[in-house]
Amino acid sequence: MKHSFLDQYSQGNSLIHRLDPRTKLITTLFFILVVVLTPISRWQAFALYFVLVATLIIISRVPPLYVLRRSLAIIPFVVLIAIFIPFFKEGEVAGSYNIWMWQVTVTYSGLQVFLNILAKAWLSILSLILLTATTRFSHLLKGLEQLRLPRVMVMILSFMYRYIFVLVDEVMRMKQARDSRNLGGGRLRQLRTVGNMIGTLFIRSYERGERVYAAMMARGFDGQARTLEKPSFSQRDALFALTLGLVLILVVVANLWY
Amino acid sequence: MEEIIRVDNLSFGYPDGQPALSGVSLVVHRGETIALIGPNGAGKSTLLLHFNGILHSDGVVRVLGKAVNEKNLKWVRGKVGLVFQNPDDQLFSPTVFDDIAFGPLNMGYDEAQVREVVAKALGWVGMGGYEKRSPHHLSLGEKKRIAIATVLAMNPEVLVIDEPTSNLDPGSKWSLIELLKGLAITKVIASHDLELVQALCPRAIILDRGEVVADGATSQILADERLLAAHGLARNKPAG
Repeated sequence: MKHSFLDQYSQGNSLIHRLDPRTKLITTLFFILVVVLTPISRWQAFALYFVLVATLIIISRVPPLYVLRRSLAIIPFVVLIAIFIPFFKEGEVAGSYNIWMWQVTVTYSGLQVFLNILAKAWLSILSLILLTATTRFSHLLKGLEQLRLPRVMVMILSFMYRYIFVLVDEVMRMKQARDSRNLGGGRLRQLRTVGNMIGTLFIRSYERGERVYAAMMARGFDGQARTLEKPSFSQRDALFALTLGLVLILVVVANLWY
Repeated sequence: MEEIIRVDNLSFGYPDGQPALSGVSLVVHRGETIALIGPNGAGKSTLLLHFNGILHSDGVVRVLGKAVNEKNLKWVRGKVGLVFQNPDDQLFSPTVFDDIAFGPLNMGYDEAQVREVVAKALGWVGMGGYEKRSPHHLSLGEKKRIAIATVLAMNPEVLVIDEPTSNLDPGSKWSLIELLKGLAITKVIASHDLELVQALCPRAIILDRGEVVADGATSQILADERLLAAHGLARNKPAG
């Protein structure tokens, strides 16, 4: 089976790659917080955020096209959530349409809010892609753990990372088995097959879960998760966090000032 | 000889009412390598799960003379190392290091000890330098070796392995057999790979429909064509 990588470019060796995962986690969260809390009208600030992320992406030597492609995945979700805002927000009317029985109006302020949500989501996802593309997933988990995220949640994430490809492989095998016997048939029948496959997959995953738990117990697992702590906070981390933090704080202050 | 595992008259049925084991008795002595053979669904895996208390049966299984019960489960699991058939179940951590360290950490080793024992265990299975790798990206043969290392790292008294060579190509299979041969530890190997049994195990136990039907020298058991055929371990020749 084809082996996929969630953290494809994480083996690189740039300044960003070498940072401690905790530094990256905290600065990323801080960045997202600042982006989200920026008032709508400050388009200059958003331009600045974009320049900031773009610079970091270039420093990290992760292919920009790859980042761009992955970032587009967020658009449908945002659109789904925010699509109605331009129609319901009150204000100066940008356009009015008659669709069958309804009178639909779009307002300028509504459009502005919509675009703003899109921009914020996109900037946030860019920074998150940068984080996951430059950090190995196992290091990311270590970082979360050292930042005192509850161990159970870290374990769930680590199981997800370990088994998602096992599941994907299983789905691919099931699809191949289905296709090699599928001699046409109506849409409805195909849909039923898909339903059966999902059910089978669920049962298999459930049973695998039981076997994994047995394997954990066989090695002395008693419900308490233990790990080796290995802090490696360096000067570089402090410098990076400080610089980025200062830039962001300056932007926030500038926003409040003007 | 010292008894490592003793099972007295063990019967077990799954919650759905399906009987899996009935009246199984056997003794594993220190230094032995025993093959547990039998057809599919004979109860081999179920029996192995009793050896370190994953499945319970108070007082019927004794490890190093002590009856296995709720209170000494942790001790038992340190003494009886169980390697599961599917390494994708056995290896559940993001990296090989984390997986091998899992057992020793649960046993309460400190950091230096854990690092030492992980390096040692990888060396024993010939996989030194694989610490940072992700189990998902290993070949099946490599996964099987790592799975054995995860258990060896706990320094058990007996290694219990379920189907070590299933799905392996002949090359990987024989190198795994050589590896197991080189490990100086008491071993119980469940398998229906008779080549492996012949190469590795002086003693064999046949399990069929949850019962022990033969227990003796491998050379004698494998020579008894009729016995093997009766229990799904050889081709059923038509009479005459």
